[in-house]
Amino acid sequence: VSRTLAPPERRTVEVVGCERLGAYSLLWAIDRDGPSDPQPGQFYMLSAARGWGGGAAERPYLPRAFSFARALEEGDGIRLGFLLEVVGPGTERLAALEPDDGLAVVGPLGVGFRPAREGRRPLLVGGGIGTAPLLCLADELDHPSVLLGFRSAAHATAAALFPTEVQLATDDGSAGRPGLVTELLAAELDSGPHAEVFACGPPGMLEAVRALCAEREVPAQLAMESGMACGFGACFGCVVPTTDGYVRLCVDGPVLDAAGLETARAPGGGHQG
Amino acid sequence: MSVDLCGVSLAGRVLNGSGTFDAIAARRAFGDALLERFPFDAFVSKTITFEPREGNPPPRLWEAPAGLINSIGLPNKGLEGFLAHDLPQLAELPVPLVVSVMAYSPGKLAELAGRVAERDEVALVELNVSCPNVESGLVMGAEPSETARAVEAVRAQCEKPVIVKLTPNATEPAAVAAAAEGSGADAVSLLNTLKGMALDPATRLPWLGGGSGGLSGPAVRAVALEQVAAVSSRVDIPVVGMGGIASGADAADFLAAGAQVVAVGTESFRDPAAGLRIRSELSPLKGQGTPETGEGAGPAASAAAKSSAWTT
Repeated sequence: VSRTLAPPERRTVEVVGCERLGAYSLLWAIDRDGPSDPQPGQFYMLSAARGWGGGAAERPYLPRAFSFARALEEGDGIRLGFLLEVVGPGTERLAALEPDDGLAVVGPLGVGFRPAREGRRPLLVGGGIGTAPLLCLADELDHPSVLLGFRSAAHATAAALFPTEVQLATDDGSAGRPGLVTELLAAELDSGPHAEVFACGPPGMLEAVRALCAEREVPAQLAMESGMACGFGACFGCVVPTTDGYVRLCVDGPVLDAAGLETARAPGGGHQG
Repeated sequence: MSVDLCGVSLAGRVLNGSGTFDAIAARRAFGDALLERFPFDAFVSKTITFEPREGNPPPRLWEAPAGLINSIGLPNKGLEGFLAHDLPQLAELPVPLVVSVMAYSPGKLAELAGRVAERDEVALVELNVSCPNVESGLVMGAEPSETARAVEAVRAQCEKPVIVKLTPNATEPAAVAAAAEGSGADAVSLLNTLKGMALDPATRLPWLGGGSGGLSGPAVRAVALEQVAAVSSRVDIPVVGMGGIASGADAADFLAAGAQVVAVGTESFRDPAAGLRIRSELSPLKGQGTPETGEGAGPAASAAAKSSAWTT
């Protein structure tokens, strides 16, 4: 199981910057007290160290879960990168952090991607902000095939972060091919055998990926999302239905094997940003 | 310093609220470092029932201002699953174990409490008579007579100390506490979540899969403090105080209001080590109006003793 253990407490790491990246932001922080080897697909619970909580003038209350997009060795720690899209009060606060601000983190948490099965070539499929955990996965693989889909060119700037060439699709055709990333996936699966899919993206996309892979009997690992309060199994809030009943995405996921899902369109997927 | 809770010796005054910390899952995430720095002085299990429960359909969470509304629905492995799989792991924790139980009738509750209490690993039993998330018909903890019936039945079959977890969703929680005491409860704990609801902003339909849920976090702290004070002045048995405690100062308030020990719940979601932090913040506050034992202290403040906190 691809799980690096986390220290059993919230710690504060130092923000080194927050880059604008088209419609997204890339938040960088130096983690000196956590493990140096988080596994791609694992996540951190993030909150601003100041002004975030249940006290006077603090907002929001609970931390937010983010897969890390990059983990680079740096000095006595690691430089962690988180890809953000401002969609609510939490992401708004995180994207406004400045160098030397504190970022409170718990993590790395959950189970990341497992290595591809013997004899299978990894095929990375990302949609929108779900590109994040595929980036650190691509960093660790030798020339993986990467298929990404975005709403528009402003979002597709995240594709430039990848170390290898990327096949790109956008909803409005403003970058790459017009259409859906699942169309790229269907073509790729039909053109070459022995793939294993590693996917992350919005629920509709993940469900389409799951169905495509199921039809073609291609194994797939899906990094899913659900609103979380804690991230370490305490609140039982982030469950998704599987063939084994509800599982907590924070401790049994967020990467789940597609074979154990009847649908990847999780009803628990809603969050408040 | 050790604290006595119903004859069980605790190393400090900070527990977890039932259902707010899963020590088994946390050990998967944090490893044995969790045991070396265990955040609580006693561990209260998630509520167990006779039969396994899957819990409520998601979504299960909604963040409210300074709070959280949950609709979890008591997922658990059932008694046999708990005894076989969870209890051996919980027995490895470095603190006394409190097991929370719920059943749909006083007779079944007594039977369940008895089955749990006969295990050596279990120090105390907590009766969940107050979970507002489950469609169980009559809520045992909502009325004094119902609570008395449940506690009497449990008392006859349970040799371990019994804590009754009170619900704030009752007309007069202090009267329910008095009924619990009169029927043989060894302690009461409060409060459980307040009933709450959130609507999907896009559709104006209930957001939570269970329809409504329970509110916790700092949003409920003032309500909790009043109820802890009211209950503490009404009963002589120990009171476990909780509801939005996020700091040592908050904990000191609950102790001053009459609680013997406190429990941390939602704050642990923000920081798994919150219990440790609150305990360390609490210790230098001892003596600032905090009674050494909470028994019979009651709300201490008088008008003459008011500090200037409002102006700060």
